[in-house]
Amino acid sequence: MDNKELQKANARLVWRIVAIAVLMFGLGFAIAPYYDAVCSYFGISGRVNEASSEQTMQVDASREISVEFVSVVNGQMPLKFRAETSKLKVNPGQYYTVNYFAENTSDKKLVGRAVPSISPAWLSAFLKKAECFCFSEQEFEPHKERKMPVRFVIDPAVQADAKEMTLSYTFFDITEKSQTIKN
Amino acid sequence: MSVATHDDAHAHDHHDHGPAKGFMRWVTTTNHKDIGTLYLITGLIMFFVGGAMALVIRAELFEPGLQYVDPHFFNQMTTLHALIMVFGAVMPAFAGLANWMIPMMIGAPDMALPRMNNWSFWLLPFSFVMLASTLFMDGGAAAAGWTLYPPLVLQTGNALPFTVFTVHLLGMSSIMAAINIIVTVFNMRAPGMTMMKLPLFVWTWVITAFLLIAVMPVFAGAVTMLLTDKFFGTSFFNAAGGGDPVLYQHLFWFFGHPEVYILILPSFGIISSIIPTFSRKPLFGYASMVYATGFIGFLAFIVWAHHQYTVGMPIAGELYFTYATMLIAVPTGVKVFNWLATMWRGAMTFETPMLFAIAFVVLFTMGGFTGLMMSISPADLQYHDTYFIVAHFHYVLVPGAVFALYAATYYWLPKWTGHMYDERLGQLHFWLTTISVNICFFPQHFVGLAGMPRRIPDYAVQFAEFNAMSSVGAFVFGFSQLIFAYVIYKAIQGGEKATSEVWEGAEAHGLEWHLSSPPPYHSWTEAPPKEIISDLH
Repeated sequence: MDNKELQKANARLVWRIVAIAVLMFGLGFAIAPYYDAVCSYFGISGRVNEASSEQTMQVDASREISVEFVSVVNGQMPLKFRAETSKLKVNPGQYYTVNYFAENTSDKKLVGRAVPSISPAWLSAFLKKAECFCFSEQEFEPHKERKMPVRFVIDPAVQADAKEMTLSYTFFDITEKSQTIKN
Repeated sequence: MSVATHDDAHAHDHHDHGPAKGFMRWVTTTNHKDIGTLYLITGLIMFFVGGAMALVIRAELFEPGLQYVDPHFFNQMTTLHALIMVFGAVMPAFAGLANWMIPMMIGAPDMALPRMNNWSFWLLPFSFVMLASTLFMDGGAAAAGWTLYPPLVLQTGNALPFTVFTVHLLGMSSIMAAINIIVTVFNMRAPGMTMMKLPLFVWTWVITAFLLIAVMPVFAGAVTMLLTDKFFGTSFFNAAGGGDPVLYQHLFWFFGHPEVYILILPSFGIISSIIPTFSRKPLFGYASMVYATGFIGFLAFIVWAHHQYTVGMPIAGELYFTYATMLIAVPTGVKVFNWLATMWRGAMTFETPMLFAIAFVVLFTMGGFTGLMMSISPADLQYHDTYFIVAHFHYVLVPGAVFALYAATYYWLPKWTGHMYDERLGQLHFWLTTISVNICFFPQHFVGLAGMPRRIPDYAVQFAEFNAMSSVGAFVFGFSQLIFAYVIYKAIQGGEKATSEVWEGAEAHGLEWHLSSPPPYHSWTEAPPKEIISDLH
């Protein structure tokens, strides 16, 4: 191979490899939406965030599933956050409403977002929420308490060995973030 | 093929009359040996810088309680020690060896892209100065471990953008070095030097280069997301905005797992060169070595989540990652058994490079076994984030990658300098290093199994004895490396003249031993005769 040809061959190879590197950089970013899609498909990592319209289901009164309600506040957010009941025995197919309460203990207006998580993860596809405060940003006036209902049903198609599950909400403080967006 | 295989201007500048004089020689050089030397010296300096940080860590851990540094600074030390050792010491040292040896081994006059070679080296000193400067910034350097997990890493003060830019620069540098190596090996081989004739060091570096090109951009992307999350209001990893910190872990380990093979594959190549020479036999199972390396490179991409068992994963995921990870033991086992079979009934001698190579085989295998233990997801729940993992990865990185670098240095130093190194000092360095490295890291298995967490400046009193032992080992290890630096300095200054073959019978093991010691400034200005290549084994 003479010199000119070699340089041409080198340049061709370099650009091919650079193309791989650029592609991999793009792939890193493309993984973000793909990761979301995989998580919501498997119902893991709190990715069950859309409301499903209320529909009549066959109530299975012969089975009871015990659902626990957990409330968590992330970091230093000045919020008192609790569920009205910590545990409820439910029949699959029957709609229930459980109220969560959150009180802003500071002198400033707070904006928060609640991220839900269902455990064990493989049951998350069967818990359908008709109403939830986790679908949108929540605003809290200073020193005011608010009632936030969650209306849900457990799909009667749920596996027979499902006996217990936990529905957990974590409140994140997005006050600063929502202000920068509004300004 | 003549001198003018690189670009014409360059050939006119230099022709064959050696290097330019003075300091500017090193700044403007496009010569593979000069750049290799620069890389190697940078690696050695950063090895001492990262080592000094390790000694800060071990001094603090010598006894329970807080003695010398505050916890935040301690965490900065663990972070910088890791980043510097990985990106500053081991990777540049391997790049230096690649620059020096690959053209000589494949019968080429120089690397294919000499100017880019210069650039990829000179990015390094600037990025390390930038990384070191973060120690003096408001809020200190990053203190979240080398993994830089959010949300913790987002609490870093002014240092965050500088740390991220350092990663970008180091990534660019590695990608350019990788491109250069692939193009050189694919296009610059001497006639007769077929792919299945390449020395294993060259093969392992080609696969390493592909790993670098595939994963460094992903890491660059992940840290860019950290940057935009912190300063531009995106929510890639912010749960409040609909993101997920676990996504960062997936991105990081998709880079991080291949990265650990980037740190070890060239070592496999070095060991595969040294053991045959000192056993006076051809390497056993050459083809299986090549395929095993390729298979390890492939597996590197599909096992990343075994670093995340405790984060929470569906059972099917845990099973998949457990089995896929265990599979790595197969090609690695092929390599270990091939090395043993190479030594079997060989006429072995035990000069310093061979001593380090044998210690590598024994101690790296031990690190491999603890890795196998951790691949089992239910067992990993006990080991995760304890000193057991610290012991594991130090066993594969120190008596693994670093020992391979020592072995390589002693093996090729007479070739580079034209002088034999001091064998007595070399052996002293070997014994001190091998004994102290085990005193340092072996007890960490026990404290880890007993529950001592990693990355903490203080610990429960029942771990005191083993930690004291570990610290003593670390200090002996650290100061023993001064002998290594002195041996190199002494060999550069002078000493017994080395023959071109250097080691008895080495000519049969590689083209580099057919060049004079030290070799000419441009390696193979005329392609090596075909008979030499066909006689290699």
